[in-house]
Amino acid sequence: MIDYEKALSEKVKSMKPSGIRKFFDIAGTMEGVISLGVGEPDFSTPWVIRKSAIQVLERKHIIYGPNKGLSPLRKAVSSRILKKHGVEYDSENEIIITVGGSEAIDLAIRGIVDPGDEVLVVEPCFVCYAPLVELHGGKAVPVPTRIENKFKLSADDLKARVTDRTKLLIMPFPNNPTGAIMTKEDLGPVADFLRSTNIIVLSDEIYSELTYGRKHFSIIELEGMKERTIYVNGFSKAYAMTGWRLGYTAAPEPIISQIAKIHQYGIMCSPYISQNAAVEALNSCDSEIVRMVDEYNVRRRYLVSEFNRIGLTCFDPEGAFYVFPSIKSTGLSSEEFCERLLYEKKVAVVPGSAFGDSGEGYIRISYAYSLKHLMEAMQRIEEFVNDLRGASHEN
Amino acid sequence: MNDIIRILQQNARISNTELGEMLGITQQEAAAEIKKLEEDGVIRGYSVILNDELYDNSIVYATIELKVTPQRDCGFDDIAKTIMMYDEVESVNLMSGSYDLAVEVRGSNLKDVALFVSERLSTIEGVLSTATHFILKKYKEKGIFIDGEEHDERGLG
Repeated sequence: MIDYEKALSEKVKSMKPSGIRKFFDIAGTMEGVISLGVGEPDFSTPWVIRKSAIQVLERKHIIYGPNKGLSPLRKAVSSRILKKHGVEYDSENEIIITVGGSEAIDLAIRGIVDPGDEVLVVEPCFVCYAPLVELHGGKAVPVPTRIENKFKLSADDLKARVTDRTKLLIMPFPNNPTGAIMTKEDLGPVADFLRSTNIIVLSDEIYSELTYGRKHFSIIELEGMKERTIYVNGFSKAYAMTGWRLGYTAAPEPIISQIAKIHQYGIMCSPYISQNAAVEALNSCDSEIVRMVDEYNVRRRYLVSEFNRIGLTCFDPEGAFYVFPSIKSTGLSSEEFCERLLYEKKVAVVPGSAFGDSGEGYIRISYAYSLKHLMEAMQRIEEFVNDLRGASHEN
Repeated sequence: MNDIIRILQQNARISNTELGEMLGITQQEAAAEIKKLEEDGVIRGYSVILNDELYDNSIVYATIELKVTPQRDCGFDDIAKTIMMYDEVESVNLMSGSYDLAVEVRGSNLKDVALFVSERLSTIEGVLSTATHFILKKYKEKGIFIDGEEHDERGLG
């Protein structure tokens, strides 16, 4: 009989499964569970985008397409970045259309990291960075962010972790899971420091369209930062196009020309139908984004007030579609809190610890759900917290 | 669209406190805004959306297409106003196209509705013809799914 233990790569075997999935596997076996767990929009992809995909199916020959992506789409991406950030990327040599933002992140990490290299990962953050870094032989070094500093990256915390092996800084803002953003003023000191180093920035800006109250600012806008930044974005969150698997990366030509080889051999090209439809998304769906952001904002305000009201301190997130309340006052760890909430009140949320050690003491709540759903869940969470408090008074 | 209206359309029973939280205003401000919308006549009322199959399975609804002769001076208004006075009538709309008024009627059984059409509606002066369409099943009303929620197929992302 074949021995899979021996057959499989040591590196792959040592990868930990995602901490998000664990709770949902349990929740999936239970009846009547309501979830606040998912990280994808509850809206449908705007109809004009779907319509355009249908037309592609009807009228076009569905083929591979150029490695780096369809030319009209790369041009549209280039104009988008120029319009939003005033930074020019050559659509021929500085942009690759990828299979979701996820592939763009993978390309960037593979393109930069050699065995033994250190990668600074701003935490709490989405679960994919450290495992990918480690898979490529690098060492992921967490740079924690804190609620006292609104979960922003501070230049001092960054400097303290830089060594002569540091090659890459992964900066995910607007942030999943905290909802934190980095303003121009916040990014200034970080960029000031980076300019004197040879560190590349992987700026994951997948939630850039989902900000509340102010426009997203990108680190590429700061002087000298385009040349040292791999900019990652995509269609999933902004246009509710998760299943279309489409993202992009923009970076200086010397980086793109190298990582394009990984994309070429590993992926060949991104989905042809999705690429065609995405041109329509960039050209005509700004008003749809506004509509979705308005709706998210109503939910965001509601959740922040409610969590604060029931005594789970919640910082006011200005981006993405998550709130990140502190559960420290309950005395439970975030895993315990989530497990008991699931078993006792049938609400599935994600423990902050799934997003790095600095997420301990918090839970991630997604508001990619209808208000009705959120209100029902809040009621159950309030009951749960009251039960906990009642029990601790009796003891 | 006005944020308050959008939220109330999803759930008119929401409290002013919750409404305030969602809009980033105080509950007093939320109450005042609603009062103003009511006083201005923008908000005309609040109703309940039922799943009749669970509430009272015998209730029947029909949409009746009416062709009418417009009256001198007041067009269709007079006839519409006459029709809407009946308790059985749920809604009256003036339509473009091949007929003039769409009237939704509620009755406790088929015969009730049929009699209402033949004895009340078709006898009104100016009504030229009626076509009655019984509603077999309601799937969605005022944005609400009647048969429960759509299944959430999303994974974890």
